[in-house]
Amino acid sequence: MTIQPDLTAAEIAKAVAGGQLSALDAAEAAFARIKQHDTVLNSFTDVTADRARAKARAIDADIAAGKTVGPLAGVPFAVKNLFDVAGLTTRAGSKINRDLAPAKRDATLIERMEAAGAVLVGALNMGEYAYDFTGENIHDGPSRNPHDTTRMSGGSSGGSGSAVGGALVPIALGSDTNGSIRVPSSFCGIFGLKPTYGRLSRARSFPFVASLDHLGPFARSVTDLALAYDAMQGPDADDAACTTRGLEPTLPLLANPVSDLRIAIAGGYFQNNLFPEAVEAVSRVAKALGATRVVDVPEAARARAAAYVITTTEGASLHLDRLRKRPNDFDPAVRDRLIAGAMVPAPLVDRAQKFRRWYRAQLAEIFKSVDVLIAPATPCTAPKLGQVNFNLGGVELPVRANIGIHTQPISFIGLPVVAVPVPLEPLPIGVQIIAAPWREDIALRVAHALEKMGVVAAPAPKGI
Amino acid sequence: MAEPLDDYIDAVSKALALPVEDAWRPAIRANLEVSLRLGRLVDEFALPDETEPAPVFTLP
Repeated sequence: MTIQPDLTAAEIAKAVAGGQLSALDAAEAAFARIKQHDTVLNSFTDVTADRARAKARAIDADIAAGKTVGPLAGVPFAVKNLFDVAGLTTRAGSKINRDLAPAKRDATLIERMEAAGAVLVGALNMGEYAYDFTGENIHDGPSRNPHDTTRMSGGSSGGSGSAVGGALVPIALGSDTNGSIRVPSSFCGIFGLKPTYGRLSRARSFPFVASLDHLGPFARSVTDLALAYDAMQGPDADDAACTTRGLEPTLPLLANPVSDLRIAIAGGYFQNNLFPEAVEAVSRVAKALGATRVVDVPEAARARAAAYVITTTEGASLHLDRLRKRPNDFDPAVRDRLIAGAMVPAPLVDRAQKFRRWYRAQLAEIFKSVDVLIAPATPCTAPKLGQVNFNLGGVELPVRANIGIHTQPISFIGLPVVAVPVPLEPLPIGVQIIAAPWREDIALRVAHALEKMGVVAAPAPKGI
Repeated sequence: MAEPLDDYIDAVSKALALPVEDAWRPAIRANLEVSLRLGRLVDEFALPDETEPAPVFTLP
């Protein structure tokens, strides 16, 4: 069969399992797309061709022998380069980590994706040490937006957004500490799932802020997102924060109706500091879902401030020794933020963590009467690469620090979110579908309903 | 003329053995000013004495 670039993971897996497509041909098609477009997109830092071909051949052999294969059989995928990949050095977007020994074992989530039949084809560009919303990287160059290569992919999982948005692979994995799955999803016009904090194992991935770090998938359809997410669930003793809850598959629930759900628009803070396109995107999603109720999320600005304080201080603590020994090997912008973070007085950090408890209680109260909150994912569509400032709410503000202002108050307390792409012209933009903890199924269900209505979709990459 | 935060930056960099070259100082100062401003926003919020940090950050 002909492998079109927009073939979904579900379609590839079905064709591979049914013998219409070999896993090897699916992998070769991904390599061809990478070769054709990644000189511009710059989304991959490593292509694991030998490993992928060996894995694909093994799947094809299993199928030839009549063995049952997993739900992601033959689906090419790639991971942000902070995931351990056996035999590769986990660079985490940095220069410094390139001196580390190669990883001996894959990250748990790679093992689970491959156990479901997926084929790892490479590692992806990212912002240095994940302290980034732009997708720019001083060492590797920026990953580029597939809809306009002069624009940002979004960070810090920029390569993940660029590779999936550019249809180089149908699925990628990334991390989200303050918005790093949701921001690239928004800018690159794809779907992204930031699960509940503790839902997916982070074992053998390079950390940033332990109390805020999440891992999750990117895809061009909600079904693919659910396929990947379901394959990766499950307890893992190697991640202290990973839940011991049993598997809660979402794929069988995707097509359930959403008419019984109580859906509200996040008000106040989440309706401010937006460009017209972000307002339009939220409006389209709300209208499609019949959502008119507006719920104010109290103290969201303070939640964003507390997330900022925790991030800069925990991040500084993680990198303290590297800052002492190799300060000139950091991206100066990252280094200077981390050094400043090391200087924040401890009581402010303690109070930020205590405020987190208070804020969590407020959201718990809201989710007694609401099943889903709708909020913008980013204040704007993708800015130009290198853009320093933008005018937000009549005030000239730095782009870097303000791209994630609408994502930070949500990940601060670990709520599950599906970022859905609204295909506006000339550039797409994302909306957050936010559910109560452990209710990824609801967020995915709503995203799926919007996809079926044609309100959200991953547009074909027109920049490459 | 020294900026108000410079003495503090010097003291903490010494206490933590963190290098701060002169060329980096304006950016470090600017970042610290943002962190302290946002920290103050958190600090200003009255919390009961009994409030504990959330060791698990999701809802039950």
